[in-house]
Amino acid sequence: MDKPKLATCSLAGCFGCHMSILDIDERILDLVDLVDFDKSPINDKKAFTDRCLVGLLEGGCSTEENVHVLESFRNSCDILISVGACAITGGIPAMRNNIPLTECLSEAYLDGPTVYNPGRVLPSDPEIPLCLNNVYPCHEVVKIDYFLPGCPPSADTIWEGLVALLSGKPLDLPYQLVKYD
Amino acid sequence: MSKDKITFTIDGCEVTAQPGQTVMQAADAANIRIPQLCYLEGLTPHGSCRVCIVKANGRLDTSCTLPAVEGMVVENNTEEINEYRRDLVDMLFVEGNHICPSCEKSGDCELQGVAYELGITAPKYPYQFPRRETDASHPDIFLDLNRCILCARCVQTSRDLDGKTVFEFVGRGPDKKLAIRPGARLADTELDITDQVVGSCPVGTILKKRVGFAVPVGERTYDKEPHPEQPVSE
Ligand code: SF4
Ligand code: SF4
Repeated sequence: MDKPKLATCSLAGCFGCHMSILDIDERILDLVDLVDFDKSPINDKKAFTDRCLVGLLEGGCSTEENVHVLESFRNSCDILISVGACAITGGIPAMRNNIPLTECLSEAYLDGPTVYNPGRVLPSDPEIPLCLNNVYPCHEVVKIDYFLPGCPPSADTIWEGLVALLSGKPLDLPYQLVKYD
Repeated sequence: MSKDKITFTIDGCEVTAQPGQTVMQAADAANIRIPQLCYLEGLTPHGSCRVCIVKANGRLDTSCTLPAVEGMVVENNTEEINEYRRDLVDMLFVEGNHICPSCEKSGDCELQGVAYELGITAPKYPYQFPRRETDASHPDIFLDLNRCILCARCVQTSRDLDGKTVFEFVGRGPDKKLAIRPGARLADTELDITDQVVGSCPVGTILKKRVGFAVPVGERTYDKEPHPEQPVSE
């Protein structure tokens, strides 16, 4: 029988959660026995080729591209797990949410103390995804099935979560593995 | 008729209270855990966070303000009540800006502690992302209102224990907020680093400068077990 497929993505995150996935150390060999990786930065596969059982989401939605990727994960995966503070709360990127976007852009590109931008141009290349008004947690954009908090969640948290899911057991993490930082 | 003790039950266990004790005080004395957040021993119970709600004779009430009464039947650790508590704590998170990874209080924060205890992994309500003020003018103390849960501990501690009235609430309903003297910055108030108010805040709003992140992750108050401040025999 084919192994179930796992996909992962980093939206508005720092890749720390992906580092934590790799931090399962030699258990990655067990993981390879349990699942095949589909679209993921871990194997650098850019597009879905198969329907996936599980999608792991790092980061919230800060740009329109984040939303498109998140929607493609919802359409291609049976189960979506928000992994980490940014996917669950918006996290550090969401600290821009109480400052209007125009103010954020002018601080970054026009008026910040280290900015050199004599033409006073704001980035507008069609290749660059447009910023959303706010950074949104994933569950405010699509339905999310499970949450693994942490910044990042520890390798043990991710491992326990995945193994419970893949072996059909209830996800019941011990107290020490559920942390918001 | 005055009795010298009151007997009632919490989740079927018989509990004895002294006359004048609240349900929470009697539970604490009997080592029965009632999740709590705004309550601080030595202050007048404020009942603002509502995390300590119980059902007493079928009616929901905050156990920190509810006097123990003879024969009362209290429900505490039930799925129904814990779900209400999760809703209440969820609301405290989404009403403010709680970016725990960037907060010096993280690991020692009582709001986090009670959320961990209740098993919250993500809030069910939409984040409000309000715009709130910060004040770093004081040489020894930060004030970051992004994290204030309006528990009133600082208002009471400053007024009743320090005799200073540095903090007050202004506004009503969703506009209610913690304030200092109009037009003043924290540095302009009588607030001093030795005041008891500095240690009264359950969250990361009133913070001592230059002491953050001293305790490593894994060793902080809420890293290993729920409510270590109130060990409970099961
Ligand atoms: S006050 Fe507590 S809940 Fe709020 S950000 Fe700081 S650690 Fe997190
Ligand atoms: S600043 Fe802290 S102690 Fe004061 S009301 Fe806000 S949360 Fe409570």
